[in-house]
Amino acid sequence: MAPASTAARPSGKRIPTPDKMSVSLTVNGRETQLNIAPWTTLLDALREHLDLTGTKKGCDHGQCGACTVLVDERRVNSCLTLAVMKDGAKVTTIEGLATDGALHPLQQAFIDHDAFQCGYCTPGQICSAAGLIAEGRAKTPDEIREMMSGNICRCAAYPNIVAAIQQAMTAMGGKS
Amino acid sequence: MINFGYARANDVAEAVRLIAADPNAKFIAGGTNLVDLMKEDVERPTSLIDITRLPLTKVEETSGGGLRIGALVPNSDLAFHPLIGQRYPVLGSAILAGASQQLRNMASTGGNLLQRTRCAYFYDTATPCNKREPGSGCSAINGINRGHAILGTSEACIAVHPSDMCVALRVLDATVHVAGPSGERAIAFADFHRLPGDTPQRDTNLGRDEIITAIELPAQGFTKNYTYLKIRDRLSYAFALVSVAVGLEMDGNTIRQARFALGGVAHKPWRDPTAEAALNGQTASPEVFRRAADTLLRDAKGYAHNTFKIELARRATIRALSQAARGTPQSQSNKKIV
Repeated sequence: MAPASTAARPSGKRIPTPDKMSVSLTVNGRETQLNIAPWTTLLDALREHLDLTGTKKGCDHGQCGACTVLVDERRVNSCLTLAVMKDGAKVTTIEGLATDGALHPLQQAFIDHDAFQCGYCTPGQICSAAGLIAEGRAKTPDEIREMMSGNICRCAAYPNIVAAIQQAMTAMGGKS
Repeated sequence: MINFGYARANDVAEAVRLIAADPNAKFIAGGTNLVDLMKEDVERPTSLIDITRLPLTKVEETSGGGLRIGALVPNSDLAFHPLIGQRYPVLGSAILAGASQQLRNMASTGGNLLQRTRCAYFYDTATPCNKREPGSGCSAINGINRGHAILGTSEACIAVHPSDMCVALRVLDATVHVAGPSGERAIAFADFHRLPGDTPQRDTNLGRDEIITAIELPAQGFTKNYTYLKIRDRLSYAFALVSVAVGLEMDGNTIRQARFALGGVAHKPWRDPTAEAALNGQTASPEVFRRAADTLLRDAKGYAHNTFKIELARRATIRALSQAARGTPQSQSNKKIV
Protein backbone atom coordinates (compact mmCIF):
# COMPACT_ATOMS: atom_id res chain seq x y z
CA MET A 1 0.00 0.00 0.00
CA ALA A 2 1.16 3.55 -0.71
CA PRO A 3 2.66 5.51 2.17
CA ALA A 4 0.47 8.21 3.71
CA SER A 5 0.77 11.75 2.42
CA THR A 6 3.41 13.78 4.18
CA ALA A 7 2.29 17.13 2.74
CA ALA A 8 0.46 18.48 5.77
CA ARG A 9 2.96 17.47 8.43
CA PRO A 10 4.59 20.35 10.27
CA SER A 11 8.36 20.00 10.17
CA GLY A 12 10.39 19.13 13.22
CA LYS A 13 7.57 17.79 15.42
CA ARG A 14 6.77 14.62 13.56
CA ILE A 15 6.35 11.44 15.47
CA PRO A 16 8.91 9.05 13.94
CA THR A 17 7.76 6.12 11.79
CA PRO A 18 10.07 3.30 12.87
CA ASP A 19 10.27 -0.03 11.07
CA LYS A 20 11.12 -1.76 14.31
CA MET A 21 10.10 -1.16 17.89
CA SER A 22 11.01 -3.24 20.89
CA VAL A 23 8.01 -4.94 22.50
CA SER A 24 8.08 -7.36 25.42
CA LEU A 25 5.25 -9.80 25.88
CA THR A 26 4.81 -12.76 28.18
CA VAL A 27 3.29 -15.31 25.83
CA ASN A 28 1.99 -18.52 27.37
CA GLY A 29 4.16 -17.92 30.42
CA ARG A 30 7.34 -17.24 28.48
CA GLU A 31 8.90 -13.79 28.34
CA THR A 32 9.42 -12.75 24.74
CA GLN A 33 11.20 -9.81 23.17
CA LEU A 34 10.03 -8.72 19.73
CA ASN A 35 11.35 -6.16 17.27
CA ILE A 36 8.33 -5.28 15.17
CA ALA A 37 6.79 -2.40 13.25
CA PRO A 38 4.01 -0.44 14.98
CA TRP A 39 1.52 -1.61 12.34
CA THR A 40 2.02 -5.27 13.31
CA THR A 41 -1.15 -6.67 14.85
CA LEU A 42 -0.92 -8.98 17.82
CA LEU A 43 -2.29 -11.72 15.54
CA ASP A 44 0.53 -11.28 13.03
CA ALA A 45 3.11 -11.02 15.83
CA LEU A 46 1.93 -14.37 17.22
CA ARG A 47 1.68 -16.16 13.88
CA GLU A 48 4.50 -14.64 11.83
CA HIS A 49 7.05 -13.67 14.46
CA LEU A 50 6.52 -16.28 17.19
CA ASP A 51 5.34 -19.19 14.99
CA LEU A 52 2.28 -19.65 17.20
CA THR A 53 -0.10 -20.52 14.38
CA GLY A 54 -2.83 -21.94 16.61
CA THR A 55 -4.47 -18.52 16.65
CA LYS A 56 -6.28 -18.21 13.34
CA LYS A 57 -6.77 -15.35 10.92
CA GLY A 58 -10.38 -15.48 9.78
CA CYS A 59 -11.87 -12.16 8.66
CA ASP A 60 -9.02 -9.98 10.02
CA HIS A 61 -11.66 -7.34 10.82
CA GLY A 62 -13.00 -8.28 14.25
CA GLN A 63 -16.15 -9.86 12.90
CA CYS A 64 -15.51 -13.61 13.26
CA GLY A 65 -13.60 -14.21 16.51
CA ALA A 66 -11.15 -16.79 15.07
CA CYS A 67 -8.24 -14.66 16.33
CA THR A 68 -9.47 -14.50 19.95
CA VAL A 69 -6.70 -14.66 22.57
CA LEU A 70 -6.50 -13.64 26.22
CA VAL A 71 -4.56 -10.44 26.97
CA ASP A 72 -4.06 -9.92 30.71
CA GLU A 73 -6.75 -12.58 31.25
CA ARG A 74 -9.35 -10.84 29.05
CA ARG A 75 -10.53 -12.11 25.69
CA VAL A 76 -9.84 -9.78 22.78
CA ASN A 77 -9.66 -9.85 18.98
CA SER A 78 -5.91 -10.06 18.26
CA CYS A 79 -6.49 -8.94 14.65
CA LEU A 80 -7.57 -5.47 15.83
CA THR A 81 -4.89 -5.21 18.54
CA LEU A 82 -1.60 -3.49 17.73
CA ALA A 83 1.16 -5.53 19.39
CA VAL A 84 3.18 -2.42 20.29
CA MET A 85 0.28 -1.16 22.43
CA LYS A 86 0.44 -4.34 24.54
CA ASP A 87 4.07 -3.89 25.58
CA GLY A 88 4.42 -5.61 28.99
CA ALA A 89 1.19 -7.60 28.69
CA LYS A 90 0.54 -11.27 29.38
CA VAL A 91 -0.88 -13.13 26.37
CA THR A 92 -2.44 -16.60 26.42
CA THR A 93 -3.14 -18.44 23.17
CA ILE A 94 -4.61 -21.86 22.47
CA GLU A 95 -1.07 -23.26 22.71
CA GLY A 96 -0.86 -22.08 26.33
CA LEU A 97 -4.01 -23.68 27.75
CA ALA A 98 -2.83 -27.28 28.24
CA THR A 99 -0.72 -27.90 31.34
CA ASP A 100 1.92 -30.64 31.59
CA GLY A 101 0.51 -32.42 28.57
CA ALA A 102 -3.01 -32.53 30.01
CA LEU A 103 -5.71 -30.89 27.93
CA HIS A 104 -7.49 -27.86 29.36
CA PRO A 105 -11.04 -28.81 30.46
CA LEU A 106 -12.40 -26.78 27.54
CA GLN A 107 -10.24 -28.63 25.03
CA GLN A 108 -11.41 -31.96 26.47
CA ALA A 109 -15.04 -30.82 26.48
CA PHE A 110 -14.86 -29.73 22.82
CA ILE A 111 -13.63 -33.25 21.95
CA ASP A 112 -16.23 -34.94 24.18
CA HIS A 113 -19.07 -32.97 22.56
CA ASP A 114 -17.74 -32.95 18.99
CA ALA A 115 -17.95 -29.16 19.17
CA PHE A 116 -16.45 -28.53 15.75
CA GLN A 117 -16.42 -29.76 12.20
CA CYS A 118 -13.62 -28.08 10.21
CA GLY A 119 -11.98 -26.79 13.39
CA TYR A 120 -10.82 -23.43 12.04
CA CYS A 121 -12.81 -21.38 14.54
CA THR A 122 -12.03 -23.75 17.44
CA PRO A 123 -8.92 -22.04 18.94
CA GLY A 124 -10.85 -18.76 19.02
CA GLN A 125 -13.96 -20.46 20.43
CA ILE A 126 -11.93 -22.10 23.21
CA CYS A 127 -9.98 -18.94 24.13
CA SER A 128 -13.23 -16.98 24.09
CA ALA A 129 -14.91 -19.60 26.30
CA ALA A 130 -11.95 -19.46 28.71
CA GLY A 131 -12.52 -15.71 28.95
CA LEU A 132 -16.25 -16.22 29.41
CA ILE A 133 -15.76 -18.70 32.27
CA ALA A 134 -13.25 -16.37 33.97
CA GLU A 135 -15.75 -13.49 33.71
CA GLY A 136 -18.28 -15.64 35.56
CA ARG A 137 -21.35 -13.82 34.19
CA ALA A 138 -22.86 -16.25 31.70
CA LYS A 139 -24.55 -19.26 33.32
CA THR A 140 -27.58 -20.31 31.32
CA PRO A 141 -27.44 -21.55 27.69
CA ASP A 142 -29.09 -18.25 26.60
CA GLU A 143 -26.39 -16.28 28.38
CA ILE A 144 -23.61 -18.47 26.99
CA ARG A 145 -24.93 -18.04 23.44
CA GLU A 146 -25.16 -14.29 23.85
CA MET A 147 -21.71 -13.91 25.38
CA MET A 148 -20.16 -16.17 22.72
CA SER A 149 -21.78 -14.28 19.83
CA GLY A 150 -18.43 -12.80 18.83
CA ASN A 151 -17.27 -16.24 17.67
CA ILE A 152 -18.74 -17.37 14.38
CA CYS A 153 -18.75 -21.09 13.45
CA ARG A 154 -19.61 -21.49 9.76
CA CYS A 155 -19.99 -25.26 10.24
CA ALA A 156 -22.69 -24.26 12.77
CA ALA A 157 -21.50 -26.49 15.60
CA TYR A 158 -23.17 -24.07 18.01
CA PRO A 159 -25.34 -26.52 20.02
CA ASN A 160 -22.29 -28.70 20.73
CA ILE A 161 -20.13 -25.66 21.53
CA VAL A 162 -22.69 -24.53 24.14
CA ALA A 163 -22.79 -28.06 25.60
CA ALA A 164 -19.00 -28.22 25.74
CA ILE A 165 -18.77 -24.88 27.52
CA GLN A 166 -21.39 -25.99 30.04
CA GLN A 167 -19.38 -29.16 30.74
CA ALA A 168 -16.12 -27.25 31.18
CA MET A 169 -17.84 -24.67 33.37
CA THR A 170 -19.02 -27.43 35.70
CA ALA A 171 -15.64 -29.21 35.63
CA MET A 172 -13.84 -25.98 36.46
CA GLY A 173 -16.27 -24.89 39.17
CA GLY A 174 -16.75 -21.56 37.39
CA LYS A 175 -13.04 -20.74 37.46
CA SER A 176 -10.55 -20.65 34.59
CA MET B 1 -2.22 -1.36 6.36
CA ILE B 2 -0.30 1.88 5.84
CA ASN B 3 2.88 2.62 7.76
CA PHE B 4 2.52 5.12 10.60
CA GLY B 5 4.39 6.62 13.51
CA TYR B 6 3.67 5.62 17.08
CA ALA B 7 3.95 7.55 20.32
CA ARG B 8 2.69 6.80 23.80
CA ALA B 9 1.20 9.66 25.81
CA ASN B 10 1.84 9.58 29.55
CA ASP B 11 -0.59 12.28 30.60
CA VAL B 12 -3.48 14.25 29.09
CA ALA B 13 -1.34 17.36 28.54
CA GLU B 14 1.21 15.34 26.58
CA ALA B 15 -1.55 13.72 24.50
CA VAL B 16 -2.94 17.15 23.61
CA ARG B 17 0.56 18.47 22.77
CA LEU B 18 1.26 15.49 20.51
CA ILE B 19 -2.01 15.76 18.59
CA ALA B 20 -1.69 19.54 18.22
CA ALA B 21 1.73 19.05 16.60
CA ASP B 22 0.49 16.76 13.84
CA PRO B 23 -2.83 17.48 12.08
CA ASN B 24 -2.84 14.00 10.56
CA ALA B 25 -2.22 12.08 13.79
CA LYS B 26 -4.99 10.25 15.63
CA PHE B 27 -5.50 9.04 19.15
CA ILE B 28 -5.89 5.32 19.61
CA ALA B 29 -7.46 3.57 22.62
CA GLY B 30 -9.33 0.31 22.01
CA GLY B 31 -8.67 0.56 18.29
CA THR B 32 -11.61 -1.70 17.41
CA ASN B 33 -12.92 0.74 14.79
CA LEU B 34 -9.79 2.73 13.91
CA VAL B 35 -7.53 -0.27 13.16
CA ASP B 36 -10.29 -1.78 11.04
CA LEU B 37 -10.70 1.48 9.09
CA MET B 38 -6.93 1.67 8.61
CA LYS B 39 -6.91 -1.85 7.18
CA GLU B 40 -9.62 -0.69 4.77
CA ASP B 41 -7.55 2.38 3.83
CA VAL B 42 -10.41 4.64 4.96
CA GLU B 43 -8.42 6.18 7.82
CA ARG B 44 -4.82 7.10 6.94
CA PRO B 45 -3.24 8.73 10.00
CA THR B 46 0.44 9.65 9.80
CA SER B 47 0.85 8.67 13.43
CA LEU B 48 -1.06 7.05 16.23
CA ILE B 49 -0.91 8.47 19.72
CA ASP B 50 -1.53 5.66 22.19
CA ILE B 51 -3.63 7.04 25.05
CA THR B 52 -4.28 3.72 26.80
CA ARG B 53 -1.83 4.50 29.63
CA LEU B 54 -3.57 7.75 30.62
CA PRO B 55 -5.17 7.75 34.09
CA LEU B 56 -8.77 7.87 32.79
CA THR B 57 -9.97 4.47 33.98
CA LYS B 58 -12.05 5.32 37.07
CA VAL B 59 -15.78 5.37 37.66
CA GLU B 60 -16.35 7.95 40.41
CA GLU B 61 -19.38 9.34 42.20
CA THR B 62 -19.87 13.09 41.83
CA SER B 63 -20.95 15.47 44.59
CA GLY B 64 -24.27 15.99 42.79
CA GLY B 65 -25.20 12.31 43.12
CA GLY B 66 -24.12 11.47 39.59
CA LEU B 67 -21.28 9.44 38.13
CA ARG B 68 -18.11 10.42 36.30
CA ILE B 69 -16.88 7.71 33.94
CA GLY B 70 -13.26 7.89 32.78
CA ALA B 71 -12.90 7.91 29.00
CA LEU B 72 -10.76 4.76 29.06
CA VAL B 73 -13.13 2.55 31.06
CA PRO B 74 -13.68 -0.47 28.80
CA ASN B 75 -17.25 -0.95 27.56
CA SER B 76 -17.47 -4.38 29.25
CA ASP B 77 -16.33 -3.05 32.64
CA LEU B 78 -18.83 -0.21 32.43
CA ALA B 79 -21.71 -2.50 31.44
CA PHE B 80 -21.10 -4.69 34.50
CA HIS B 81 -20.12 -1.93 36.94
CA PRO B 82 -22.28 -2.29 40.08
CA LEU B 83 -23.15 1.43 40.13
CA ILE B 84 -24.34 1.26 36.52
CA GLY B 85 -26.51 -1.75 37.30
CA GLN B 86 -28.00 -0.07 40.39
CA ARG B 87 -28.47 3.46 39.10
CA TYR B 88 -28.34 3.49 35.28
CA PRO B 89 -29.53 0.06 34.11
CA VAL B 90 -30.54 1.39 30.67
CA LEU B 91 -26.88 2.19 30.02
CA GLY B 92 -25.62 -1.27 30.97
CA SER B 93 -28.32 -2.87 28.86
CA ALA B 94 -27.51 -0.72 25.81
CA ILE B 95 -23.79 -1.50 26.03
CA LEU B 96 -24.47 -5.25 26.20
CA ALA B 97 -26.71 -4.96 23.13
CA GLY B 98 -23.72 -3.85 21.07
CA ALA B 99 -20.71 -5.66 19.57
CA SER B 100 -19.26 -8.82 21.15
CA GLN B 101 -17.64 -9.39 24.54
CA GLN B 102 -14.17 -9.38 22.91
CA LEU B 103 -14.83 -5.99 21.32
CA ARG B 104 -16.42 -4.62 24.49
CA ASN B 105 -13.30 -5.71 26.42
CA MET B 106 -11.18 -3.62 24.05
CA ALA B 107 -13.43 -0.64 23.28
CA SER B 108 -13.23 2.44 25.49
CA THR B 109 -16.05 4.68 26.71
CA GLY B 110 -14.68 7.71 24.85
CA GLY B 111 -13.96 5.72 21.71
CA ASN B 112 -17.53 4.42 21.59
CA LEU B 113 -18.68 8.02 21.05
CA LEU B 114 -16.19 8.47 18.22
CA GLN B 115 -16.86 5.32 16.20
CA ARG B 116 -17.66 5.99 12.57
CA THR B 117 -20.67 4.93 10.56
CA ARG B 118 -20.79 1.38 9.11
CA CYS B 119 -22.27 2.66 5.81
CA ALA B 120 -20.81 0.23 3.25
CA TYR B 121 -19.98 3.07 0.86
CA PHE B 122 -17.99 4.86 3.56
CA TYR B 123 -15.91 1.66 3.83
CA ASP B 124 -15.62 1.10 0.07
CA THR B 125 -12.87 3.40 -1.20
CA ALA B 126 -13.85 2.61 -4.83
CA THR B 127 -17.14 4.53 -4.45
CA PRO B 128 -17.89 8.22 -3.82
CA CYS B 129 -18.66 9.18 -0.21
CA ASN B 130 -18.93 12.71 1.13
CA LYS B 131 -18.04 11.58 4.64
CA ARG B 132 -14.82 9.90 3.49
CA GLU B 133 -13.99 12.30 0.67
CA PRO B 134 -15.91 15.60 0.95
CA GLY B 135 -17.47 16.72 -2.32
CA SER B 136 -17.26 13.32 -4.02
CA GLY B 137 -20.99 12.58 -3.66
CA CYS B 138 -23.18 10.16 -1.70
CA SER B 139 -23.43 6.63 -3.11
CA ALA B 140 -26.03 5.57 -0.56
CA ILE B 141 -28.81 8.00 -1.50
CA ASN B 142 -29.43 6.17 -4.77
CA GLY B 143 -27.70 2.94 -3.76
CA ILE B 144 -28.36 0.09 -1.35
CA ASN B 145 -29.61 2.10 1.61
CA ARG B 146 -31.51 -0.46 3.66
CA GLY B 147 -29.60 0.35 6.84
CA HIS B 148 -29.57 4.09 6.40
CA ALA B 149 -31.16 7.07 8.10
CA ILE B 150 -34.79 8.16 7.99
CA LEU B 151 -34.43 11.32 10.10
CA GLY B 152 -32.17 14.36 9.88
CA THR B 153 -30.61 13.36 6.56
CA SER B 154 -29.16 15.72 3.97
CA GLU B 155 -28.46 15.57 0.26
CA ALA B 156 -24.83 14.97 1.21
CA CYS B 157 -25.18 12.01 3.58
CA ILE B 158 -27.75 9.53 4.91
CA ALA B 159 -25.42 7.56 7.19
CA VAL B 160 -26.42 6.50 10.72
CA HIS B 161 -24.42 6.60 13.93
CA PRO B 162 -23.80 2.96 14.92
CA SER B 163 -23.53 3.16 18.72
CA ASP B 164 -25.95 1.56 21.17
CA MET B 165 -24.27 3.06 24.24
CA CYS B 166 -24.76 6.60 22.90
CA VAL B 167 -28.53 6.13 22.58
CA ALA B 168 -28.71 5.45 26.32
CA LEU B 169 -26.32 8.31 27.13
CA ARG B 170 -28.64 10.63 25.18
CA VAL B 171 -31.63 9.53 27.28
CA LEU B 172 -29.58 10.02 30.45
CA ASP B 173 -28.60 13.59 29.46
CA ALA B 174 -24.90 12.85 29.85
CA THR B 175 -22.15 15.44 29.58
CA VAL B 176 -18.90 14.89 27.66
CA HIS B 177 -15.79 16.33 29.30
CA VAL B 178 -12.94 17.16 26.94
CA ALA B 179 -9.48 18.71 27.16
CA GLY B 180 -7.64 20.67 24.49
CA PRO B 181 -4.84 23.19 23.99
CA SER B 182 -7.01 25.96 25.49
CA GLY B 183 -8.09 23.97 28.52
CA GLU B 184 -11.08 21.87 29.46
CA ARG B 185 -14.71 22.21 28.44
CA ALA B 186 -17.96 20.28 28.82
CA ILE B 187 -20.26 19.40 25.92
CA ALA B 188 -23.90 18.40 26.46
CA PHE B 189 -24.49 14.99 24.90
CA ALA B 190 -27.19 16.47 22.65
CA ASP B 191 -24.58 18.79 21.14
CA PHE B 192 -21.77 16.26 20.83
CA HIS B 193 -22.80 14.44 17.66
CA ARG B 194 -23.79 16.36 14.53
CA LEU B 195 -26.31 16.02 11.76
CA PRO B 196 -24.65 15.57 8.37
CA GLY B 197 -25.79 18.81 6.70
CA ASP B 198 -23.20 19.76 4.09
CA THR B 199 -20.26 18.71 6.29
CA PRO B 200 -20.82 14.97 6.82
CA GLN B 201 -17.07 14.46 7.23
CA ARG B 202 -17.51 15.87 10.75
CA ASP B 203 -19.29 13.36 12.97
CA THR B 204 -18.95 15.35 16.20
CA ASN B 205 -18.22 18.79 17.60
CA LEU B 206 -15.02 17.58 19.27
CA GLY B 207 -12.07 19.67 18.08
CA ARG B 208 -9.42 17.73 16.21
CA ASP B 209 -6.89 18.60 18.93
CA GLU B 210 -9.24 17.78 21.79
CA ILE B 211 -9.45 14.56 23.79
CA ILE B 212 -12.44 13.12 25.66
CA THR B 213 -11.50 12.69 29.31
CA ALA B 214 -14.79 11.62 30.92
CA ILE B 215 -18.53 11.13 30.54
CA GLU B 216 -20.63 12.49 33.38
CA LEU B 217 -24.09 11.20 34.25
CA PRO B 218 -26.52 13.32 36.27
CA ALA B 219 -28.20 11.75 39.29
CA GLN B 220 -31.44 10.80 37.54
CA GLY B 221 -31.01 7.25 36.27
CA PHE B 222 -34.52 5.79 35.64
CA THR B 223 -33.94 2.67 37.74
CA LYS B 224 -37.49 1.30 37.63
CA ASN B 225 -39.05 2.16 34.30
CA TYR B 226 -36.54 1.77 31.52
CA THR B 227 -35.64 -0.44 28.58
CA TYR B 228 -33.24 -0.76 25.67
CA LEU B 229 -34.90 -2.51 22.75
CA LYS B 230 -32.75 -3.25 19.71
CA ILE B 231 -34.13 -4.61 16.44
CA ARG B 232 -31.58 -6.10 14.02
CA ASP B 233 -31.18 -8.69 11.28
CA ARG B 234 -29.84 -11.39 13.62
CA LEU B 235 -30.33 -11.87 17.34
CA SER B 236 -26.86 -10.81 18.46
CA TYR B 237 -23.70 -9.10 17.25
CA ALA B 238 -25.28 -6.93 14.57
CA PHE B 239 -25.88 -3.21 14.25
CA ALA B 240 -29.36 -1.88 14.88
CA LEU B 241 -31.94 -1.38 12.21
CA VAL B 242 -33.79 0.52 14.90
CA SER B 243 -33.16 0.73 18.63
CA VAL B 244 -35.02 2.56 21.38
CA ALA B 245 -33.79 3.63 24.81
CA VAL B 246 -36.47 4.70 27.30
CA GLY B 247 -36.47 6.24 30.76
CA LEU B 248 -39.79 7.00 32.48
CA GLU B 249 -40.77 8.42 35.85
CA MET B 250 -44.14 6.87 36.69
CA ASP B 251 -46.73 7.53 39.34
CA GLY B 252 -48.85 4.42 39.24
CA ASN B 253 -49.94 4.24 35.61
CA THR B 254 -49.39 7.96 35.02
CA ILE B 255 -46.26 9.16 33.23
CA ARG B 256 -44.66 12.01 35.18
CA GLN B 257 -41.63 12.37 32.93
CA ALA B 258 -40.68 10.62 29.70
CA ARG B 259 -37.46 10.40 27.77
CA PHE B 260 -36.81 8.23 24.76
CA ALA B 261 -34.18 8.19 22.04
CA LEU B 262 -33.81 6.16 18.86
CA GLY B 263 -30.68 4.61 17.39
CA GLY B 264 -30.12 3.35 13.86
CA VAL B 265 -32.33 6.06 12.35
CA ALA B 266 -30.11 9.14 12.12
CA HIS B 267 -26.58 10.56 12.10
CA LYS B 268 -26.88 10.91 15.88
CA PRO B 269 -29.06 9.41 18.62
CA TRP B 270 -32.49 10.90 17.94
CA ARG B 271 -34.54 12.54 20.67
CA ASP B 272 -37.54 14.79 20.26
CA PRO B 273 -38.73 17.04 23.14
CA THR B 274 -42.15 17.49 21.52
CA ALA B 275 -42.73 13.73 21.39
CA GLU B 276 -41.66 13.41 25.03
CA ALA B 277 -43.89 16.28 26.14
CA ALA B 278 -46.84 14.48 24.54
CA LEU B 279 -46.37 11.71 27.13
CA ASN B 280 -46.02 13.78 30.29
CA GLY B 281 -49.06 13.56 32.54
CA GLN B 282 -50.70 10.91 30.37
CA THR B 283 -51.92 7.49 31.44
CA ALA B 284 -49.71 4.84 29.87
CA SER B 285 -51.48 3.13 26.97
CA PRO B 286 -50.59 1.87 23.48
CA GLU B 287 -52.60 4.74 21.96
CA VAL B 288 -50.67 7.37 23.91
CA PHE B 289 -47.41 5.68 22.95
CA ARG B 290 -48.45 5.57 19.29
CA ARG B 291 -49.11 9.32 19.29
CA ALA B 292 -45.65 9.96 20.77
CA ALA B 293 -44.05 7.71 18.14
CA ASP B 294 -45.99 9.43 15.36
CA THR B 295 -44.81 12.80 16.64
CA LEU B 296 -41.17 11.72 16.72
CA LEU B 297 -41.45 10.27 13.21
CA ARG B 298 -43.48 13.13 11.69
CA ASP B 299 -40.62 14.21 9.39
CA ALA B 300 -39.25 10.71 8.72
CA LYS B 301 -38.29 10.12 5.11
CA GLY B 302 -37.52 6.75 3.56
CA TYR B 303 -35.28 5.93 0.61
CA ALA B 304 -35.53 3.09 -1.91
CA HIS B 305 -34.68 0.28 0.53
CA ASN B 306 -35.31 1.61 4.04
CA THR B 307 -38.88 2.91 4.08
CA PHE B 308 -39.76 -0.12 6.23
CA LYS B 309 -37.75 1.48 9.02
CA ILE B 310 -40.39 4.16 9.57
CA GLU B 311 -43.07 1.63 10.58
CA LEU B 312 -40.44 -0.50 12.37
CA ALA B 313 -39.36 2.56 14.38
CA ARG B 314 -43.01 3.32 15.21
CA ARG B 315 -43.69 -0.20 16.47
CA ALA B 316 -40.36 -0.50 18.29
CA THR B 317 -41.05 2.79 20.06
CA ILE B 318 -44.53 1.71 21.17
CA ARG B 319 -43.15 -1.64 22.36
CA ALA B 320 -40.22 -0.07 24.20
CA LEU B 321 -42.42 2.51 25.93
CA SER B 322 -44.76 -0.32 26.98
CA GLN B 323 -41.85 -2.36 28.34
CA ALA B 324 -40.58 0.61 30.34
CA ALA B 325 -44.02 1.57 31.67
CA ARG B 326 -44.63 -2.03 32.82
CA GLY B 327 -41.20 -2.23 34.44
CA THR B 328 -40.25 -5.23 32.30
CA PRO B 329 -37.11 -4.14 30.44
CA GLN B 330 -35.84 -6.05 27.42
CA SER B 331 -33.39 -8.83 28.33
CA GLN B 332 -30.22 -8.80 26.22
CA SER B 333 -29.67 -12.57 26.60
CA ASN B 334 -33.18 -13.99 26.37
CA LYS B 335 -34.17 -12.49 23.03
CA LYS B 336 -37.92 -12.82 23.40
CA ILE B 337 -39.54 -9.41 22.96
CA VAL B 338 -42.50 -8.95 25.28
